[in-house]
Amino acid sequence: MSYALSLGDTSLILAQRLGEWVGHAPALEEDLALANIGLDLLGQARYLLSYAAQLEGRGRSEDDLAFLRDPQDFLNLSLVEQPNGDFGQTIVRQFLIDAWQLELFERLQHSSEPKLAELAAKAIKETRYHFRFSSGWLVRLGDGTEESHQRVQTALDALWRFTHEMFVASPAELEVIALGIGPDPASLAAGWSSRVAEVLEEATLKKPADVAYSWHGKRGQHSEHLSRLLAEMQFMQRTYPGAKW
Amino acid sequence: MTTTPQNQWPLYEVFIRARSGLEHKHVGSIHATDATMAIEHARDVYTRRQEGVSIWVVRSADIVASDPSDADALFEPARDKVYRHPTFYDIPDEVKNL
Repeated sequence: MSYALSLGDTSLILAQRLGEWVGHAPALEEDLALANIGLDLLGQARYLLSYAAQLEGRGRSEDDLAFLRDPQDFLNLSLVEQPNGDFGQTIVRQFLIDAWQLELFERLQHSSEPKLAELAAKAIKETRYHFRFSSGWLVRLGDGTEESHQRVQTALDALWRFTHEMFVASPAELEVIALGIGPDPASLAAGWSSRVAEVLEEATLKKPADVAYSWHGKRGQHSEHLSRLLAEMQFMQRTYPGAKW
Repeated sequence: MTTTPQNQWPLYEVFIRARSGLEHKHVGSIHATDATMAIEHARDVYTRRQEGVSIWVVRSADIVASDPSDADALFEPARDKVYRHPTFYDIPDEVKNL
């Protein structure tokens, strides 16, 4: 259950972050593009949270899990809760996650757990498009003007330290590896690195140095950014419990 | 030919094919910096509700259009030539799709 929850939370929190761009993106078309990606991610989150709720078997729904859990119960990657920053920073964050999801869903498609395999088969098509979008923009900005290059390089340097977490197994991941349901996160690293390196080169960006691992979003340890994000996302359900459209 | 103002992305016209076998239809326009982005924007803006299976984009500036003030010269002469419409044939009842 924690595994499904962790994947679902990562998609959910990133969807919420992308939603923050609605009405603020640099162009109408980008506004729609970011919202579209957000909605794809939200679809993944709904599926995974429903599945997690079902596995838990305590009568909670996907909505209960999304709107009534506290920050320390969220198991998303620390990377996705990082603020949007400027458009370049959002693109960098999206790019790093897209590349990871590509590797993950590629492997998860062949999971012995049919629910996860089904999700991955659908999500990988969405993710291929997301990656195309984010890597296209990264190249455009990185290989663009002096200012755009500087901005995305700064964002890359700032966000790089959160990527290591993707490849270190959490207790939930160790469990699914043992059961043969999910891939060992460490095994995704090589594919991710070469995918990322290829685009960075084209974008004339420098790959930052790897830093020691110190982020534990997958274990429920979060930055204050997540609390603020959840405060906004959850306040309606918290203020008016059970309110429906 | 129209020029693109500074600080604004070029305009592209978008054509969508709704189903295989049908023709591409003009659905609107979007702004994009290049052709690749134009396709992505067209996808995000015009095919969100499963409207299509194929997209064409073309720089609006590359479209050559007829001049509205030439309308009389271009289209008026066709008006009194009804014999160009095949309306004088009897269609057999057996023919259903014509």
